[in-house]
Amino acid sequence: MNGNQLIGLAPIITLSTASIAVMLGIAIKRNFVLTCSITAFGIIISLLAVAVACQESPIQATLLIRMDNYALFFMALLLLASLAVLGFCYDYFKNFEGDNEELLLLLLTALLGAFVLVSSSHFASFFLGLETLSISLFALISYPLNQTRPLEAAIKYLILSGVSSAFLLMGMALIYAQSGELYFKDIGNFIANQPGMNIMMLSGVILIVAGLGFKLSLAPFHLWTPDVYQGAPAPITAFIATVSKGAVFVVLLRYFVSSHNYVYTPLVTVFSVIAVLSILGGNLLALLQNNVKRLLAYSSIAHIGYLLAAFIAAASIAPSLAIESVTFYLLAYFITTIGAFGVVSLLSTPETEADDISSYRGLFWRRPWLAAVFTLMLLSLAGIPLTAGFIGKFYIFTSAADSRLWGLLFAIIIGSGLGLYYYLRIIVVMSMSGEATVIKSVNPDKDRISKATLAVLTILLVWFGIYPGFLINVIQSVSLSLG
Amino acid sequence: MILPALIAVLIAGGFTAWFSESKNPDAPRWAAAITLIIEAVLVAGQFVGTEHTDPMSASLSPAWIAGFERPWISRFGIGFHLAMDGVSLLLIALTVLLGFMAVSSSWTEIKSRQGFFFFNLLTCLAGTVGVFLAVDLFLFFFFWELMIIPMYFLISIWGHENRTYAAIKFVIFTQVSSLLMLVAIVALVLISHDHAGEYTFDYFKLLNTKIDPDVAFWLMLCFFTAFTVKLPAVPFHTWLPDAHTQAPTGGSVILAGVLLKTGAYGLLRFVIPLFPEAAHQFAPVAMTMGAVSVLYAAVMAFAQSDLKRLIAYTSISHMGFILLGIFSWNFLAMQGAVITMLAHGISASALFMIAGALQERLHTREMGVMGGLWPALPRLSAFALFFALASLGLPGLGNFIGEFLVLLGAFKVSALLTSVAALVLILSPVYSLVIIQKAFHGPMQNHSSLSDFNRHELASMGLLVLTTLWLGLGPQAVLNLSAPACKQIMQDFVAMEH
Repeated sequence: MNGNQLIGLAPIITLSTASIAVMLGIAIKRNFVLTCSITAFGIIISLLAVAVACQESPIQATLLIRMDNYALFFMALLLLASLAVLGFCYDYFKNFEGDNEELLLLLLTALLGAFVLVSSSHFASFFLGLETLSISLFALISYPLNQTRPLEAAIKYLILSGVSSAFLLMGMALIYAQSGELYFKDIGNFIANQPGMNIMMLSGVILIVAGLGFKLSLAPFHLWTPDVYQGAPAPITAFIATVSKGAVFVVLLRYFVSSHNYVYTPLVTVFSVIAVLSILGGNLLALLQNNVKRLLAYSSIAHIGYLLAAFIAAASIAPSLAIESVTFYLLAYFITTIGAFGVVSLLSTPETEADDISSYRGLFWRRPWLAAVFTLMLLSLAGIPLTAGFIGKFYIFTSAADSRLWGLLFAIIIGSGLGLYYYLRIIVVMSMSGEATVIKSVNPDKDRISKATLAVLTILLVWFGIYPGFLINVIQSVSLSLG
Repeated sequence: MILPALIAVLIAGGFTAWFSESKNPDAPRWAAAITLIIEAVLVAGQFVGTEHTDPMSASLSPAWIAGFERPWISRFGIGFHLAMDGVSLLLIALTVLLGFMAVSSSWTEIKSRQGFFFFNLLTCLAGTVGVFLAVDLFLFFFFWELMIIPMYFLISIWGHENRTYAAIKFVIFTQVSSLLMLVAIVALVLISHDHAGEYTFDYFKLLNTKIDPDVAFWLMLCFFTAFTVKLPAVPFHTWLPDAHTQAPTGGSVILAGVLLKTGAYGLLRFVIPLFPEAAHQFAPVAMTMGAVSVLYAAVMAFAQSDLKRLIAYTSISHMGFILLGIFSWNFLAMQGAVITMLAHGISASALFMIAGALQERLHTREMGVMGGLWPALPRLSAFALFFALASLGLPGLGNFIGEFLVLLGAFKVSALLTSVAALVLILSPVYSLVIIQKAFHGPMQNHSSLSDFNRHELASMGLLVLTTLWLGLGPQAVLNLSAPACKQIMQDFVAMEH
């Protein structure tokens, strides 16, 4: 390994160092505020390291890790998302009895796993990253130990995650058995040199898709999602919904683009079926929910379905446009989801989550700013203009129309119509007058960090919704680095 | 620069109204009124300026009065491109006039959360003005969606008993149909990208795109669906009676007067010029839909006992005329459609204001329990009679000119459909007179003392009466203003035929 590669790996190294620092910090002195500060400091230093590594990109640092603009962009995104989640975690857990410090350590290790995922170019790092992420998540979900719901959620996630890892490994094994390669590019060369379709390879890829489908909670692998979303503490739910799903989607896209797996046309059918099922299933089931966290869980199933439409489009159009669409949509989805769960977390305590729709009654008149932020987030999820979600949806439409996926587009339109119904329902409830079951008494001096984070997220949401030009230029260069 | 100001003034006014509430609970309505006065001055300036050619619009054909262009999202060739021709100017003037009416009718009706109410009212108007000005398809879609959300809040927060259902139905109908339009816009841009090698959403550049006839038909159908849902025409009309009935008076005024016109405007501005062949092929179907809407909605109106619901159905009936006129491919009929848009905007809004005033006084919209109001409310009743007559198309009033021109133009194209649609001349007096008979004549119901129209209600009603009379007696000024725009639209078609 030479010096350049070391610089390329700087973000991962910095983040590992930060995790160790946090661990040592906890061993020396248990103090929630101090640990939070170290974590935040570690994340900011890692962001700087990403900036440093940009100079060396693209660089293949060992066979396992490829540091290109695509990886670095998502690393920055994941770091910023974690910083926002950290802000919510601080306000959420600061008054909670018990040892809260390890939570932050787990957050960093999960982030480390996600880092390895987004930069992996080899099945070994793919699997290692995924497991590091998942194992940290089990503990994060069940962090409020003395309650039943988080424990139940963690057990569900643990078992299904184990099963999905088994699928994934089996798929990798089948591919290795045929091609003798684990490196994405070499698998690509193998596929390119093979005449016709190799059934074993195809089965391997389908198993990998099934395994990742669990992590992405695509229908029909979505069964864990509502329970885990509901059970996990609200900031952690935001983390699962964004960092975990985002990183997995990023590696899936990288694998498909760099290994030329799109030439297996049956896969496009498989993905289309999964996408339609996710869009319709997610939206239809969300209609029945009275629990905001479960509702957002089902809506996230649908959103990954929309994202899959752009992913499928990459099979038949220039991959750079599809990657651009996926990247923009993911970014909008990150801002929106973290914002929405941030509002939930601001209204909740570790003892009682404000997840029943009735606790939002009259929020508009009790806490107008918070309600306005939540409304904007929901409108962005629904893809209404002025928000980043609209530009994201526009990108998905463009990619899908460019590759003539009319059926899928029709499903997206139906899904959006259904989606509007339940998003508007929350907004209606917020605008009703009447008494609500207030879980957390309002104290204007508290929760400053969460409020500041929400303000930043809202500004970004509207900024990227109205004037996305700058962001689009950045994302365009990112997409070219992979495509 | 004046065109973006038209939109910015309304948005700024909306925020002022919202934030001024904390200072003084009465401030929002004054802020809204002042905003509209500024807007009216700006629009009036445009009327004066029609004689001069704006240097910005020198590159455009003479039909365009003013233009404004800035790059926005250069990745996809999206520009912040606004332009105004006679039709948009007239519709914006209508928007401002009805904006005043909406503020005036909400003056005392809205008692809670006035700041947010007037914010939504003004942003909804801003979205509508944007729709009438945008000549970039992305920008048009942006405004198209933007005007829905404030209207949703107006209905769902300040509406009547069944407001949640009505508001959500309204949004879902318009949103789903407009996503169809988004697909069509994107597909159109991609087709032009295949030919020209660069992305552009600019209306003028897309006008000359060569499209395969089959594809053009489907794209046209997507646009057509989005606009006829908004118009609305049978069979896409079911959201409208609910939304109108449940909306507060100010919301109904904007909805009937202005929002419906965006559908007609879209047909005129986009469907016909962008897809002339496909639209021409489709014209018989569209005209049939128009004729069916005219008759069906008139019959439905007759069967209603809820006053606002009845007026809502008459709106659908009048919108059928517009559909008939636009798809007649005929200069006269198209001019008639424009006049009908304006005249219906005024008469329907006035009727909704009267219905709202009655509801404020009687707390009901059921005509069955009204009866014999004339002696108790002589001024209100007289205005109701006037606008009922306007709505049935009495010669000398605006609606007559519009419907007459439409029928005259359409007769040359399809004598059968026109004759069928003309049957409404029998039906519309029936439903109009039913209002007068049931609500204002007959035995006096037991009403405790009712207050008649006060001074500011009289002033707003008087303004609407004058406008209707003006449109009916001297429509030439309006026709002159809309003629170049209509000719421009026809030109594309005539050029195609030769």
